[in-house]
Amino acid sequence: MTIVYEDHGDEAASEVPVRRIRFTVNGDKKIAEVEPRLLLSHLIRRGLGLTGTHMGCDTTNCGACTVLVDGRAVKSCTMLAVQVDGRDISTVEGLATASELHPLQEGFKEEHGLQCGFCTPGMMMAAKALLDENPDPTEEDVRWALSGNLCRCTGYQNIAKSVLWAAAKLRSQSGGR
Amino acid sequence: MYPSRFRYEAPRSLDEAINLLRDGGDYAKVLAGGQSLVPLMKLRFASPELIVDINNVPGLDYHRADPDGTLRIGALCRHVDLERSAQLKATQPTMAAAAPLIADPIVRNRGTLVGSLCHADPQGDWASVVMALGGSIVAQGPDGRRTIPVADFVIGPFQNVLEPDEIAVEAVIPAAKGIRSGGYLKLERRVGDFATVGVAVALEKSGETVIMAGIALTGVGGSTIGATAAADALVGKALSAQTIEQAAGLAAEVARPRTDHRGSADYKRHMVRTFVARLLGRADITAERAA
Repeated sequence: MTIVYEDHGDEAASEVPVRRIRFTVNGDKKIAEVEPRLLLSHLIRRGLGLTGTHMGCDTTNCGACTVLVDGRAVKSCTMLAVQVDGRDISTVEGLATASELHPLQEGFKEEHGLQCGFCTPGMMMAAKALLDENPDPTEEDVRWALSGNLCRCTGYQNIAKSVLWAAAKLRSQSGGR
Repeated sequence: MYPSRFRYEAPRSLDEAINLLRDGGDYAKVLAGGQSLVPLMKLRFASPELIVDINNVPGLDYHRADPDGTLRIGALCRHVDLERSAQLKATQPTMAAAAPLIADPIVRNRGTLVGSLCHADPQGDWASVVMALGGSIVAQGPDGRRTIPVADFVIGPFQNVLEPDEIAVEAVIPAAKGIRSGGYLKLERRVGDFATVGVAVALEKSGETVIMAGIALTGVGGSTIGATAAADALVGKALSAQTIEQAAGLAAEVARPRTDHRGSADYKRHMVRTFVARLLGRADITAERAA
């Protein structure tokens, strides 16, 4: 992997602060050299080429860049890449297997939970964090959990339905009661 | 948007962190949850030369009560930890009401109460809550620890009294002498927006008599506003329509709102009065977003 740093002209190449970090993304172990000011969202999109994580507002509002770090939903535009040293990242690319969609992806398909699709990866990752903790959420729980993710198309109705669809499927798969 | 270039250190102890800050001087910033600092750095409103990330310092993610009831909240206690805390729900109605209203759920996964107090945004919700409860900040520096009442901690918008080599290690909420009640109400245009108006009310009662009262206002002035005259008017009395009305009026008087895209000054002042009356009129208000 070739890395190019901006040249500010006022420091020697050896003075650019670079750190080597080790982390896991969707189950794959990685080592990367990053400048501390690199945002996690840029590490994911540019460093790892995982462009399913979208950059929307870049100001911590919209939630399109939501990924899981150690199972917890975070806005990846608001975390430094160096901070994931030793941690486990999940992105939307980790949801499906080679042969099957994840129930959340199926749910968004079945219930028409997306129109333009820009917010969808963030919605799905925030929803995954919810369902990992609470397999049987109410619609209110879903709406509360997704209140940090903005969608300008759907009006949220079908997104809530999609997540509830996924929750029901996941429960039936795990032999739910 | 990229922050400007900085050196990054992730110490594993407070002593190490304080040494780094001492060497970094005015150009160093402590990074905890980063939900205010990182956006500021991206906008280049803040361009520190050194970031001291305390996320790897063990033993700071607590919130716990001393035997006497004093509540201590560590520098890495996240909003989400407080939102889900059974202890808070049982013993701290004002804090329990505010926790789910901070920013949005994903920001709450990272952001911290102590960081919010240090950030000293006049629109910060926790500052009002902690001020109403008479809380303080414990700062640790090379010479040990000192305790600073939150009312003295903030000296202006985004300015606090910490020395460059001090770290705010915990927030402290004093033990109640009576039975606590109160709440936090926040008027916001949408989830995650700053408060148009926020009001924190913290009461302690003995029987029907109010023995301690704190009222503080968010977003209606250049800093968090302590409505001390309003709170003092309640002490020694039972809550009645008359005392509630009086306190609500006094609180509205000290508000210094400005007309902006979130509403007119008159409207905001009116909402202060409404929220104070609503909070005093109902024993406990759990999370409620006023729309």
